[in-house]
Amino acid sequence: MTSLTHLTIAEALEGMKARKFSATELTEAHIKAVESSRALNAFVTETPEIARAQAKASDAKYAKGEAGLLEGIPLAMKDLYCTKDVLTTASSHILDGFKPKYESTVSGNLWKAGANMLGKVALDEFAMGSSTTTNYYGNVINPWSKWNGKEFTEKLVPGGSSGGSSAVIAARCAMGATGTDTGGSIRQPASFTGISGIKPTYGRCSRWGIIAFASSLDQAGPMARSVKDCALMLQAMAGHDPKDSTSVDMPVPDWVKALAPQVKGKRIGIPKEYRVDGIPAEIDALWMKAADWLKAAGAEIVEVSLPHTKYAVPTYYIIAPAECSSNLARYDGVRFGLREEVPGGSLADMYKATRRAGFGKEVRRRILVGTYVLSAGYYDAYYNKALCVRAKIAEDFKKAFEKVDALLTPTAPSTAFVIGANEDDPVKMYLNDIFTIPASLAGLPCMSVPGGLGADGLPLGLHIIGKPFDEQTVLDVSLALEEAAKFTALPQFMAA
Amino acid sequence: MTIDRATVQKIANLARIDVPAEEEELLAKQLSGIFQFVEQLNEVDTTGVQPMTTAAKVKLPYRKDVVNDGGHAADLLANAPDNVDNEYFAVPKVVE
Repeated sequence: MTSLTHLTIAEALEGMKARKFSATELTEAHIKAVESSRALNAFVTETPEIARAQAKASDAKYAKGEAGLLEGIPLAMKDLYCTKDVLTTASSHILDGFKPKYESTVSGNLWKAGANMLGKVALDEFAMGSSTTTNYYGNVINPWSKWNGKEFTEKLVPGGSSGGSSAVIAARCAMGATGTDTGGSIRQPASFTGISGIKPTYGRCSRWGIIAFASSLDQAGPMARSVKDCALMLQAMAGHDPKDSTSVDMPVPDWVKALAPQVKGKRIGIPKEYRVDGIPAEIDALWMKAADWLKAAGAEIVEVSLPHTKYAVPTYYIIAPAECSSNLARYDGVRFGLREEVPGGSLADMYKATRRAGFGKEVRRRILVGTYVLSAGYYDAYYNKALCVRAKIAEDFKKAFEKVDALLTPTAPSTAFVIGANEDDPVKMYLNDIFTIPASLAGLPCMSVPGGLGADGLPLGLHIIGKPFDEQTVLDVSLALEEAAKFTALPQFMAA
Repeated sequence: MTIDRATVQKIANLARIDVPAEEEELLAKQLSGIFQFVEQLNEVDTTGVQPMTTAAKVKLPYRKDVVNDGGHAADLLANAPDNVDNEYFAVPKVVE
């Protein structure tokens, strides 16, 4: 039965339709996989009883011929999505014991489509990080780390912030998982673990019920082991929601039906500013190899210029902390989660003690940066300036897309690094997202797919950026790359 | 921009986060590093550029001004660390 955990979502759906196995069998195999993979420390909360009940309902649906788009598929839910009556932590101490009384729109959409929940997976605290090392519940281990059959002999990060999601998919514990992406939090962990993930256009998925980090950037998206699986999940997740005023009221195209590795006649841009100093030669070589694959499949490769690329990371590190300092003001020890009482202290003392105890150091640092750039006297110099540069960055993309249908870049400037690396200097960690942040600032759809292995034997991702609401081209080009790359390598650690 | 220890305490107070004295120096150094890094934005000429506040391609929608939900006091209080009579959030005393 273990082979069930190696299927793609698309294969599993076919298997259940053909009655080769039931949703219950598929889900039980994954529950066992989750239990056998606790060494990864990826789950904050396992919910096998919920998964079993949902799988049973899926079997009834199959019997009645009423199967939904993802009927019977076991998924992991990033612990940033509020799930009704199930502990939701954002991997932060400050949300201790928080059990929402409501379900996020996107997770609700997945359950409506028939998926079931194996549990809630860890992230960087409040999605702030690129390594999942700011998780209050300890580090998540990348299954590609060195494993001697009993323990990890070298521990690598699974990327972040959706590092619990990436780890459990790569280790064959879950068929797919939700992620959220603010500056690269779906794509960089996908790259570090040899899986795929798409951030759709800002506004495609409702943010309602997803714990907010930087509201003008946050976007939900799926992570899975194939482009088609991502398309299936995104199909279920996307759609207009009146409860999120930034969710767009436009029809969701049938991406799955139209999905084809079709790049003939398409113009693919190579942004010259993405060739930055200090990037390993093998990443550059894989990038050029991918351009050759697309050329061989009939695409035209065009060099384009995005002149403000180098300003994207500093722009992001003003805007995202500013929005985070505002969004995280709600954690005050009054309405939910942790409260630190100060004997004889005032209300303000309680706020300060609670926020000190409840937030980890990266989150505290970002709140302080955000508070500063929004404070009187600095608003124009920092925050407003960053918003203007953001406009220039978006304009660069708009101009490039007058000439090309999609852009091809590397996903990350390295393979997965060792836990503890890049921790001495916050700016060093921030540069992990150098290739993913620009498209986030412009709100564009973008996807990472595995392209190959580095010399260290670890996965490297390729990154496709598309025009607003043109997820179809992003998925099609990604599928063409997936077919050319034939990525079949497996991590050292996998679920029993 | 260099952030000194007094500025760290000023921001920390605005953000309502306790910062113990022994952490001031490291935070001042890290925040200074971040601000020096972001200051390269001054190289970009943004004269006449409209600030981009959102990537959403939508006009903020209006909704009808009607009551469409409510009556969830118990749900709202369910996660509160403290409450009064299951009807109110409770906080430390704010008036003498």
